[in-house]
Amino acid sequence: MSARDDILAGVRRALREADTSPVHVSRGYRDTRPADVHLFVERVEDYRAVVVRCALDEVEARISDALPRDARAVVPDGLPWRVPGSVADDGLSALDLDDVDAVVTGATVGIAETGTIVLSHGPGEGRRALTLVPDLHVCVVRADQVVADVPDAFAVLDPDRPTTWVSGPSATSDIELDRVEGVHGPRRLHVIVAG
Amino acid sequence: MSATFVGMPAFPVAARTALADTQLRANLAHATGTIRAKRAKVVAEVDNWEELRLAAAGIKDNTLLHLEEHLVRLEESLTRQGAVVHWARDAAEACTIVADVAKSHGVDEVVKVKSMATGEIELNEALAKEGIAAWETDLAELIVQLGDDLPSHILVPAIHRNRAEIREIFLSHMAAAGRPAPDDLTDEPARLADAARLHLREKFLRAKVGVSGANFAVADSGTLVVVESEGNGRMCLTLPEVLVTVVGIEKIVPTWADLDVFLQLLPRSSTGERMNPYTSTWSGVTPGDGPQEVHVVLLDNGRTRALADDVGRQALRCIRCSACLNVCPVYERTGGHAYGSVYPGPIGAILNPLLKGVGVDAQTDSLPYASSLCGACFEACPVRIDIPSVLVDLRAQVVDSHRGDRFPKAEALAMKATALAFGSGGRLGAAEKASGLVGRLLGGGGRRRLPGGRKLLGRLPGPGAAWTDARDLPTPPAESFRAWWKRTGGRG
Ligand code: SF4
Repeated sequence: MSARDDILAGVRRALREADTSPVHVSRGYRDTRPADVHLFVERVEDYRAVVVRCALDEVEARISDALPRDARAVVPDGLPWRVPGSVADDGLSALDLDDVDAVVTGATVGIAETGTIVLSHGPGEGRRALTLVPDLHVCVVRADQVVADVPDAFAVLDPDRPTTWVSGPSATSDIELDRVEGVHGPRRLHVIVAG
Repeated sequence: MSATFVGMPAFPVAARTALADTQLRANLAHATGTIRAKRAKVVAEVDNWEELRLAAAGIKDNTLLHLEEHLVRLEESLTRQGAVVHWARDAAEACTIVADVAKSHGVDEVVKVKSMATGEIELNEALAKEGIAAWETDLAELIVQLGDDLPSHILVPAIHRNRAEIREIFLSHMAAAGRPAPDDLTDEPARLADAARLHLREKFLRAKVGVSGANFAVADSGTLVVVESEGNGRMCLTLPEVLVTVVGIEKIVPTWADLDVFLQLLPRSSTGERMNPYTSTWSGVTPGDGPQEVHVVLLDNGRTRALADDVGRQALRCIRCSACLNVCPVYERTGGHAYGSVYPGPIGAILNPLLKGVGVDAQTDSLPYASSLCGACFEACPVRIDIPSVLVDLRAQVVDSHRGDRFPKAEALAMKATALAFGSGGRLGAAEKASGLVGRLLGGGGRRRLPGGRKLLGRLPGPGAAWTDARDLPTPPAESFRAWWKRTGGRG
């Protein structure tokens, strides 16, 4: 018998005598609270990320404020804002990405309750490596992309897309539980909340 | 990299050694206390926490009770998304599958993200035998691996090491594994983390094959989920050309939307954060983004055995958050190594015997006794696993499995002593209840409190006095474990 058939037979055997009547699962936790953009800003700041709010037509100015002078910033296809010193992602290798200073992207969802940004790596967000290797991630979240909580985020997101949930800069507490920013991912996260 | 748990002495012996190690005890008390306080704060923020726990337990139960159907669906979804699905009955099969994938690409190294399942099957050791180096990329795992050491806590595996020791390990062992630590390395955590960043980045950028576990596998969409802090998971999942993920068959949730419960419960229970820094989800292969060859190994290794246990089945709901470790008075004093497994603490005390079966080895048989049945683990558990009840049931199974021993070995004798005291499952239950009562009476006089709010009992009268001489004992009754300890003199 193949391992597959063996395991499935084992599962069947294990449950032969079990009472398999369904357990009721209440979904009352999926309430309909409105999204609170102020809370989102506060919660992102709690992770020691830099957060600025601006009007939609100020995004480009805020992006250039966020980037150090002469920084080379990689940008994904489909980013609706102009970025100074931008490097297009024309199939850069991981080593190439290690050489750029920053990355500028949009996002798919912001979660107010947890201060989380979710990327689904479509146009304007780029493939996953883009927002991973450079040391500074500048991320623009539109106010109308902010949802109240985790269940609302899952309702919006498409499981067929890869997603990356970012809550503050990379961190570890592995050494005597001291929080240290930036082990492997971007050490600095700069969030621009627009609109 | 030869450290393994095989041949560990049974819990009481290992625990006695660990108790003598004051550094370990101090580090652990600090760690568990800190995480406990953080967890309490972020859990209190959620007004429907109990509702979430109930939903999580219900979703997991429904899935486990129809596991065959969900497994078949997961396989279909993964295949549709471009992943290659493998099945492994046991650790050896799983290791062979991973090694074969690595060998088919002619590599002699893989990068790994911390995973309980790959620890359980001792994948690194198996790959080493095939001439393949498995580089751990989580900071704590790196410390453990470079120090040729064993992890002691699910969440913070290097919690038994202090910063000075970590500096020593980096200075003396990094060079042999790749980029050396800078000569002027200090013991400041930020400097140590930076040394690890540089050491590992070199490996990430050249690695062809990545290996991971997964916190969840979604049957409907074939989505796998990795929850992490440092970004090393993202590196392993994104940069290599080939990705192999080892997933226990109990990790399934039916739908994408079901994750909305677990991604609320897990970070708060685990690191005491509203959300962990990074969570990655992926469904097979995404053209032009990340690994273009994706393998998934569905692992049994005792899970169907656990599934057959009517009382113990609920242990398969576990999402490995480690909240039960941080509230456990026994764990706090002995540390993780004493459990002789990658699964320490209260969950380890039930999961190991459930996966391996009782009556096979003394180490595993001793684990259900490594508890005071105080119930703190159940209270903390985000998926409401009633660990005390499973422990009581497993103790009865251990006693039963040794009833027929004709030529008692030392450990069997110890079991016999327990068997004498708790002649049957029923009487065992009664004894537990009685001891609980005694504990509550004693507890009335306690004056101090542990950080978690449990009362401390300064000194036990009578036979328990020797044990409490050197250490504070929490009030919740430790009778079963203590009695077992006293009776066997730690010669389990
Ligand atoms: S048993 Fe519960 S508390 Fe313990 S690790 Fe598993 S999910 Fe967490």
